[in-house]
Amino acid sequence: MTAVTPERPSAGRRLAGFARLLVSPRGAVFLLLAVLLIAITALNPSFAEPGQFIRFIQRVAPVAIVAIGQYFVIVGGEFDLSMGSVVTAQVVIAGNLIGQDDARSVPVLALMLAFGALVGLVNGLIVSFLKVPSFIVTLGMMLALLGATLYWTGGAATGNPADGFRQIGRGGIGDLPVIGVLPWSVLILAVVLAAAIWFARRPFGRTIIALGDNPVTARYSGTRTWWVKTSTFVLSSLSATVAGVLLVGYAGVHPSVGRGYEFTAITAVVLGGVVLGGGRGWVVAAAAGAFALEALFTLLNFAGVPSTYRDAVQGAIIILAVAYAATTVSARRRGRALEAPADAPSPDTEPSPDTEPSPDTTPATGPAPETSPAPTAKEPDPSPDPARPAPIPSTQRADNETKGGS
Amino acid sequence: MSGPAGNATPTSATPTARPRRRPLDASLIVGIALVAVIVIGAVLVASVGRNFFSPGNIRDILTGMSVLGFVAIGQTLVILCASLDLSVPYVVSLSSLIAADLMAGDPANIPLAVLAVLAVAALIGLANGLIVTELRVNGFIATLGTGLIIKGYLDSSYKGTSGDVPWEFQLIGATGLGPVPVSTLIMLAVALGGAFFLARTRTGNHMFAVGGNEQVARLSGIRTARPLIVAHVLCSVTAALAGLLLASRLGVGSPTVGTQGGYDLLSIAAVVLGGTLLLGGRGSVWGTIGGVAIFAVVDNVMSVMQVNPFLKDVVRGTVIVAAVAVYTSRSLDRRRPRFGGGSGATTAASPQRGDREEVQA
Repeated sequence: MTAVTPERPSAGRRLAGFARLLVSPRGAVFLLLAVLLIAITALNPSFAEPGQFIRFIQRVAPVAIVAIGQYFVIVGGEFDLSMGSVVTAQVVIAGNLIGQDDARSVPVLALMLAFGALVGLVNGLIVSFLKVPSFIVTLGMMLALLGATLYWTGGAATGNPADGFRQIGRGGIGDLPVIGVLPWSVLILAVVLAAAIWFARRPFGRTIIALGDNPVTARYSGTRTWWVKTSTFVLSSLSATVAGVLLVGYAGVHPSVGRGYEFTAITAVVLGGVVLGGGRGWVVAAAAGAFALEALFTLLNFAGVPSTYRDAVQGAIIILAVAYAATTVSARRRGRALEAPADAPSPDTEPSPDTEPSPDTTPATGPAPETSPAPTAKEPDPSPDPARPAPIPSTQRADNETKGGS
Repeated sequence: MSGPAGNATPTSATPTARPRRRPLDASLIVGIALVAVIVIGAVLVASVGRNFFSPGNIRDILTGMSVLGFVAIGQTLVILCASLDLSVPYVVSLSSLIAADLMAGDPANIPLAVLAVLAVAALIGLANGLIVTELRVNGFIATLGTGLIIKGYLDSSYKGTSGDVPWEFQLIGATGLGPVPVSTLIMLAVALGGAFFLARTRTGNHMFAVGGNEQVARLSGIRTARPLIVAHVLCSVTAALAGLLLASRLGVGSPTVGTQGGYDLLSIAAVVLGGTLLLGGRGSVWGTIGGVAIFAVVDNVMSVMQVNPFLKDVVRGTVIVAAVAVYTSRSLDRRRPRFGGGSGATTAASPQRGDREEVQA
């Protein structure tokens, strides 16, 4: 951890902005993805062929789309654990309601989208108005939705949608010059990603991030909190719906399709450098996190690692990735504070009271006494600010009162 | 959700007006909810001509409480510190396997096996705690990761049930004093220990402080890492106790027993159902036991009424959300006074002052 600190500024000086972006948590996922892809290609050169690569993208598409949806919820400061169940429910709905009748595809698709929006709306409204933590709301939704779906199907795989509908996840535009087949799911992923990028850049998308960063200031600056929050849940459920449509074609109808997707999506999002708790992250990095995760699995396949170890490696990777992001953030904070103490502190200290302890605790134990005084000395500074003094003294007093009183 | 800044003004303005209504929102409301659930359940059970309060039924409920109860007690400590532990189901499975393998049908091996299980669990908890505190990984991700690592080990090392639990150890899961199973008594004893730990020890008190606001806790001279690590270790240990109990009930160790029970999410739900804030800093072990009891009663009523097993999940999900909605609507604006009724927090003063001096030096 401390070894990173001296390296960081010198690397930044040498390779300037780009290297800094790649090494920063925001860009690290792209570096990871590139390394993984190169490793896969080294093990299996045919992977780099355009046709193979497109198939890889096709395989990632549902996960990436779910991750994009989850991104909006997480960056808004919440969780959506119900996504996997939404995927399952949508797959089963498609399987049972469309049947072998192609003509029903469009109405059922509309129904699925409406159902997805409804699930998100219910999640969001309960979170916003009943003030139930989203973890609990979406956990309840996950149990209820999965239970209802299994009750409907009797717990078995039933239904088989018409081939025309399955083509969305399975087929594509054929006979293209370089890549051979361009699967629909790749196109859909591209559209979803483009829409997400556009949406995240809109004022509304930025409001989501503001809400995740600090709900109080977001509310004071006139955000309709409930509406922003609810819409993130609607977005995530809709993205789960789209993933469900793709999975119907790709994986078929089975109540276990989609199980565990919520954790995969959260993993991908976190791998993409998005901070749990909200306020920080980039939607493209979240999608790249999904790619990196899937590339990791592909690599393990090619390397001949038994599939049972996949979970173990996945677990280790996400811990390392997040640890890397967390320690690098603190290192960069420290670095920037030293480089430009005049202008850096004011934007730095105010929006991040939670991450602020990290630069201090790290050097306090480690052999970096030069850097630690700067943030620690800065610590009391914000208290005279009009924004900060109230919470800290009052809480301290509350603690002291109870300690002394009893 | 609203941060400290939002609550600051009302709290500091009306510190004296609050306490009058405060007692209602802590464990008491959980008790009220539990009584309500029991009454409704008793009426429903009576409507199909069965007796809810028959000794057999009470034993069923208490038996249903014990495993989830163990896990939820540990989870309470972790959530109090504003972290989460998603690795518990895998710890449960792993401990049941280690216990059954080491016992190998011989009663003489029981102490060794129990000790080994607890040591392994403590190590896992220590790893969780260190990852959360030293690597500064969010508890959600850290324990998801360690859980996956354990899952990988379980999946690749065990093909199915394994080991053999001697009859003497199986008795723990099988016997009872009257209608009260021994396992539930042990669980309640652990809960008592947990409540004592939170109320009377320094680390226990610090857990509330760290969970409430880590920065303030640190500025007040608390070494914030230690309570978190201790909470994670204790959580893994209680999960191991749950695994031992399951091994004693099944007679073998099973690599899927933890995931089948869904103990990760259900224990979190039980903790929140028990009135503990998911954001940390406030809650109690007894509330958690109440939450677990609510789950057990709801499950029992559904079993007696022979509800479709899939519909049970629907009911469970609805109950979780509805119950938590009831709590939050009551206690949302009163989350600032964290030490409910000033029950504990006595011995902390002098050692804490020592810590503070250390920080200043």
